[in-house]
Amino acid sequence: MPTFVYMTRCDGCGHCVDICPSDIMHIDKTYRRAYNIEPNMCWECYSCVKACPQHAIDVRGYADFAPLGHSVRVDRDEEKGTIAWRIKFRNGTEKDFLSPITTKPWGQAIPQLAEVPGPSQEMRDSQLLYNEPKYIRMDDGGLHTLETNGLKMKKGVYY
Amino acid sequence: MAYKTIVEDGIDILVVGAGLGGTGAAWEARFWGQDKKIVIAEKANIDRSGAVAQGLYAINCYMGTRWGENNPEDHVRYARIDLMGLVREDLLFDMARHVDSTVHQFEEWGLPIMRNPKTGTYLREGRWQIMIHGESYKPIVAEAAKKSADKVFNRICVTHLLMDDSKENRVAGAVGFNVRTGNYHVFKSKTVICGAGGASNIFKPRSVGEGSGRTWYAPWSSASAYGLMIEAGAKMTQMENRIVLARFKDGYGPVGAYFLHLKTYTQNGLGEEYESKWFPELQKMVGKEYLDPEASHLTHRPIPTCLRNHALISEVNAGRGPIHMVTMHAFQDPHLEEVGWENFLGMTVGQAVLWAATDVDPKYENPELTTSEPYVMGSHATCSGAWCSGPEDISPPEYFWGYNRMTTIEGLFGAGDAVGGTPHAFSSGSFTEGRLAAKAACKYIDDGKAEGIVVSDEQISRRRKEIYTPLEHYKIYRNEIVAGDVNPHYINPKQGLDRLQKLMDEYCGGVTVSYMTNEKLLHIGLKKLKILEEDLQSIAAKDIHELLRAWELKHRHRAAECVTQHTLFRKETRWPGYYYRGDAMKVDDENWHVLTVSRRDPNTGEYTMEKAPCYHLVGEDE
Ligand SMILES: Cc1cc2nc3c(=O)[nH]c(=O)nc-3n(C[C@H](O)[C@H](O)[C@H](O)COP(=O)(O)OP(=O)(O)OC[C@H]3O[C@@H](n4cnc5c(N)ncnc54)[C@H](O)[C@@H]3O)c2cc1C
Ligand code: SF4
Ligand code: SF4
Repeated sequence: MPTFVYMTRCDGCGHCVDICPSDIMHIDKTYRRAYNIEPNMCWECYSCVKACPQHAIDVRGYADFAPLGHSVRVDRDEEKGTIAWRIKFRNGTEKDFLSPITTKPWGQAIPQLAEVPGPSQEMRDSQLLYNEPKYIRMDDGGLHTLETNGLKMKKGVYY
Repeated sequence: MAYKTIVEDGIDILVVGAGLGGTGAAWEARFWGQDKKIVIAEKANIDRSGAVAQGLYAINCYMGTRWGENNPEDHVRYARIDLMGLVREDLLFDMARHVDSTVHQFEEWGLPIMRNPKTGTYLREGRWQIMIHGESYKPIVAEAAKKSADKVFNRICVTHLLMDDSKENRVAGAVGFNVRTGNYHVFKSKTVICGAGGASNIFKPRSVGEGSGRTWYAPWSSASAYGLMIEAGAKMTQMENRIVLARFKDGYGPVGAYFLHLKTYTQNGLGEEYESKWFPELQKMVGKEYLDPEASHLTHRPIPTCLRNHALISEVNAGRGPIHMVTMHAFQDPHLEEVGWENFLGMTVGQAVLWAATDVDPKYENPELTTSEPYVMGSHATCSGAWCSGPEDISPPEYFWGYNRMTTIEGLFGAGDAVGGTPHAFSSGSFTEGRLAAKAACKYIDDGKAEGIVVSDEQISRRRKEIYTPLEHYKIYRNEIVAGDVNPHYINPKQGLDRLQKLMDEYCGGVTVSYMTNEKLLHIGLKKLKILEEDLQSIAAKDIHELLRAWELKHRHRAAECVTQHTLFRKETRWPGYYYRGDAMKVDDENWHVLTVSRRDPNTGEYTMEKAPCYHLVGEDE
C-alpha cells in the first residue's frame, strides 16, 4: 500500500518529506510537489498522510496483492487530541473509527529532568532509576532483588 | 566532493538511533548526568522513527506489581519457556523489575492507557499485555528525549562507530552522513548507547515488486545496531534465534489482541482444530520439558510460540491450508469488532487497507493467516543482539563486567533490539533498557573510565573516504554504459539487497525452503556472503538517498553473516518453527543448553564462536 500525492492538492510545503521514516517522500524538481520515490520501501505507516496539511497524500494497496477501488483515510487532530479513520471497501461499505491520541495537552506534561533535583550518592549507588521506587508501585514497596523475591542461582537447569 | 565535515566534540553520551530504546536512554541520561552533554544521532525524524512509527495498540510488557498481578520472576519464567530455556535471566529480571515505572511514566505523559472499568486496573489483553490508544506513542516518547538532549541530529545515517586510538577496544563516538545535505558528521563521545534497531529484509520477503516493503518489522529496521557493533568487534549472542511470526496474510496484521482479548482461534482449511495434532510428534523432538500440553493446560504455562508456528507450517505443508483465524463469532459483538479494527489502525494500517481492498470483513469471513519471513531482533519475542553486562546485584560472574548493558567494547552500551538475551521486552522494555544503559553510562564516565580518549585525524578521514566510495563508483563507471542499471563494474543497492535476500532465504532457512537448512547449505551461504561482501566494495549510489540504502545494505549484510555463523555453530534445532537444521533435528540439551556467543575480529574478519553458560535465577514454581 504505497503512498501517492494528488497533484492538485499538494503545495510543496515539505512536511511529508520531513517526517517519512523511510526517506522516500521527495519534492519533484519540475512540479515542485511531493511524490514517493521508492514505493517498495514504503511501510504505509501513514506518518506522511497524517502530517500533510492539505490532505494531498493517499494510499493505494500494493499492486502485488491488493485490487483497486478502496481507501483508508485519516484525520489526526492534535488540538482535539483525536484521530479519525474512514475505511471504504471495494464494494462501497464504509466504516468509521475515532480514538484519542493523548490525554494531556501537547508539550506540557513531560518534565525537564535538568530542572528536577539531581540524584544523591545513595541513589547513584543503588539500582534505582529516576523516580523509583515511587513509580514502580506507587506505594511504599521497594525495588525487587533476588533476595527479596527468595531466588537462588542455578546453572544449566532447564524447565 | 563538496560535502562539509561537521564535528560535534566533547559529547558525554551519544545516543545512536532514537527509537524506543534510544529515547529512553536520552531521557534518563539527563537525570543521572545533569551536567553532561547528551546528543542524539537519528537516521530519520525522531518524532516518527523506528518500529513504533505508526503507533501501537498494546504495551506488551507490563508486570502490574502495583495491582498484585505479576512479579518480575513470573516474567522471567514466561520468557524462558517461550524461548525454550535460553535467555539471559539477569537481564530479563532487571528489565522486568523496572518496566512498571516506565509504563506509569508514560501514563503521566499523556499516553492513553485503557482501564478495566470494574477493577480500575489497566485493561489487559493477556497476562503481560495492556491495551492503549497508542497512535501517538512515538511522538510522546520523542518529546521526552528532546527535552533531555542537548542536541538532536535528525537524518543522520550512522555508518561506523569511532574507536579510541589510545586504548584498544574502547569506543570514542560515531560517524555518519546527513541523508539530506550529504554532509559528513563526526561525533566524538565518551560513551555511545546504540539503539539502532533490529533487522527486517535480510531474508526474502513474501511480497514481491511494489509490495516488498510490506514486511512485518519496518523496512527501515536495517540491522544497523548489529552492523555497527559487529563491525567494531563487539561480542554477539543468540543471533541464530531469528523470529518467524504468524500474522494475518499479506498485511502482517498482529494477532495478539485477536487471540488474547477477542478470544479468536485458528482452524485449518477443513474447519478443524489442527494444532494439538502435531504436539505428540513434536514432543519427541523437543522433549517434555518444553512441550507438555497437559501441564500447560493445568498451570497456564504457555506453549512456546515457535512450536505453535511449527504446527501451522506443518499443517500447511500437509496440504490442509489455508489456516484461518475464526473472527466471525467475536466480531458479532460491536465492541470487539471495534477493538479488532482499531488494533490495526493504530499499529498496522496496511492490514486495514488490504481488507478494504479485497472486501474481507472479518465479521462475515474468517481471514487467512500465514507465517512471515524471518526477522532478526532482540526486543520482541526473540533475543538476538550484543552480549552485554548485567546489573551488579543479580548477575553471575560470567555475565557481569561492571556496567549494566555495556557490550564487550568499553563505553559502548545497548538498548532494545541491540541487546541480546532479553526477549519479550517489546516497547516498554526497550525504553527501560535505554534508561538502565543511560544510568550505567553516566557511572562509567564518573568513574573516570572514559579519560584520555583520542580520535586520530587518520581515522576520521579514512571513514570519510569509505562512506562516499559508492558515489565515486557511480561517477566513474556510469558513463561507460548507455542507460539503465546494468553495469559490469557495480551493482546498485536494490540489486545487492535482492542478492542478499535470495541467498539468506535459500541457504539460511527462509520461507521458500520452509525454514529448513543444514550444515552444507550454511557453508555455501557463507561462501556466497563473502563474495557479496567483495561486490559490496563496488556498490554504486547515484545520489545521497541511494548512499543511505547502500549503507543499510552493508549493515544488513554484516548481520546476515553473523546469523549464518551462529546457525552453523548451534548443531541442533532449538526453535522448530523459527528454523530447522535438517541435519540436527532434535533439541540437544546435553550439548546445547547454552548461549552462543560470537566475535568477529575487526582486522581479519574471522569469527570466533563460543558457548556461554545459561544460568537460571528463577525456580520453576510460582
Ligand atoms: C508491527 C509491529 C507491532 C508491534 N507491536 C508491539 C506491541 O503491541 N507492543 C509492544 O510493546 N511492542 C510492539 N512492537 C515491538 C516494538 O516496536 C519494538 O520492540 C521496539 O520498538 C524496539 O525498540 P528499539 O529502540 O530497539 O528499535 P526501534 O524503535 O526500531 O528504533 C531504532 C531507531 O534507530 C534508528 N536507526 C536505524 N539505523 C540507524 C542508523 N544507521 N543511524 C542512526 N539511526 C538509525 C531508526 O531510525 C530508529 O529510530 C511491535 C513492532 C512492530 C513492527
Ligand atoms: S505535506 Fe502534503 S502539501 Fe506538503 S509537500 Fe507533502 S504532500 Fe505536498
Ligand atoms: S506511509 Fe510512511 S513510509 Fe510510506 S511514504 Fe508515508 S511516511 Fe514514508
